[in-house]
Amino acid sequence: MSEPTPWRGEPRQIRSSGGSSSANLADVLERVLDKGVVIAGDIKINLLDIELLTVKLRLLVASVDKAKEMGIDWWEHDPALSSRAMKRGDEELEEENRLLRERIAALEEGRAPQVAADGRADASPEDAAGAAARGGGVSGTGADGEEEHGQG
Amino acid sequence: MDRAEYASYVYAVCRPPGAGALDGATGVGGHPVHLVAEGDLAAVVSAVPLDEFDEAALQANLEDLRWLEAVARAHHGVVDRTARRTVAVPLRLATVYRGDGRVRQVLREEHASFDAVLRRLEGCVELGVKVYAETGARRPEDAPRAEAAPPGESPGKAYLRRRRQQRESRDDAWQRAARLCEEADEALGALSRAREHHRPQDSALSEAPGENVMNTAYLVEDARVEAFLDTVRELDSRASAGTRVEVSGPWAPYSFASPGVGV
Repeated sequence: MSEPTPWRGEPRQIRSSGGSSSANLADVLERVLDKGVVIAGDIKINLLDIELLTVKLRLLVASVDKAKEMGIDWWEHDPALSSRAMKRGDEELEEENRLLRERIAALEEGRAPQVAADGRADASPEDAAGAAARGGGVSGTGADGEEEHGQG
Repeated sequence: MDRAEYASYVYAVCRPPGAGALDGATGVGGHPVHLVAEGDLAAVVSAVPLDEFDEAALQANLEDLRWLEAVARAHHGVVDRTARRTVAVPLRLATVYRGDGRVRQVLREEHASFDAVLRRLEGCVELGVKVYAETGARRPEDAPRAEAAPPGESPGKAYLRRRRQQRESRDDAWQRAARLCEEADEALGALSRAREHHRPQDSALSEAPGENVMNTAYLVEDARVEAFLDTVRELDSRASAGTRVEVSGPWAPYSFASPGVGV
C-alpha cells in the first residue's frame, strides 16, 4: 500500500471520530492536557491537571443538582453566587442608603436630634457641634460653642 | 516598546510531510500554521500573540474553560491533520517558544528522543476504548424529589436512603462491567502494539450515560485497525445488559508520545 495517510481507509462505524471537530471534549482534553510529549517551552506554565479540571467541573455543574436534592441551597442566598440574592442584597443596600441619606439631611438641617437628646450627660464633640448650631449664634465658632456648652 | 510580540506555539514534531500537506491550516486563534524543519524532523508551529500566551496570561486563560476548549480543539485540529499526513509526536497543550529559532534549536537538542519515538509510532494509530456500566441511577424517573420524602425525614436522610437503594441495584451492573473490561482488554491488547490505561472519565465531563469503568488507549498498526474495530463491535454486541463498549479514534498517538511510554 502506497497510502501516505496512516488511516486513509477510515473506519466507518466508529462512534466518535477523534479526527472530527465534534470529537468528545473530554477525550480531547484528556489527550491534549494529560498526554502528548512534554518538552520544556520558554514559557513556564502549570497545566491544570485533567483530574483537577474534572473536579472543578463537577463542583460547578453536577453538585448543584445533588446539593439541591439534599436541601442545600445556600448559594441562592449568597449575593456572590446568585443573581436573585444579589437583587435582594441590592434592595437592602438601597434601603440602608435611603436611611443614611435621611439622617444626613436631618443632620444638615440641624435637627440632629436623637443622638444629642439620648440623655447622655457627657457631651461628645458632635453633641457640642449640634448644640452650637442650635444656639443659632451666626458668628459663633465651634470653639466658642464648645466653651459655652462646657460652661453651661 | 514592541506592541505586537509573537511567540512560536508548537503542536507536534513530525517527519517533514510532503509539500502542501499543511496548506491553509490554521491553529490556535486562527493563526496560520507553518513548518520549522531541521534535518529529518519538522515542528508544526504557528505564531501566537505573546499577550495571550505569556506566563501570566496563560495561567489566567487556562482557568477559563471556554478559552481552554477553543485552544484544546485548535491544538487537536492541527495535530490531527498532521498525523493524517505523516508520523507525528503530539506535544502537550501550550508548548510555547520565543521564536522559530528556539524551536529549531530544540529540534536539534532533542533529536535523539524525537527520532526514537517517531520510529516507534510509525505506521500506527491510537484507538480509545471505553467500557461503561449503566447503573440506571441517572435516569430522570429515578431522580429523587424533595416533595416525595416522608414527613419528618430530613432531605439529607432521604438522599442517603435513596443512594443506598441505588447502590444495591448497581452491584450487579458493576460485576458484569468488570468482567467485560477484562475480556475487552485481553482481546484488544492482543491486537495492539501497546496500551495505556487512562483514568475513567467523569460523566460530568464526558456527558456519556452511565459510569465509565475502563478507559484505555491502544496503539494499533494501520493494518490491524479494521480487525480491532470489528472486535470492539463484537464485544459490544454481546455485552450484557447495562454495559457497553465504545471506541473513539483514530487519534494521533497522544498516549504513546512520551519517551518510554508503551515501548
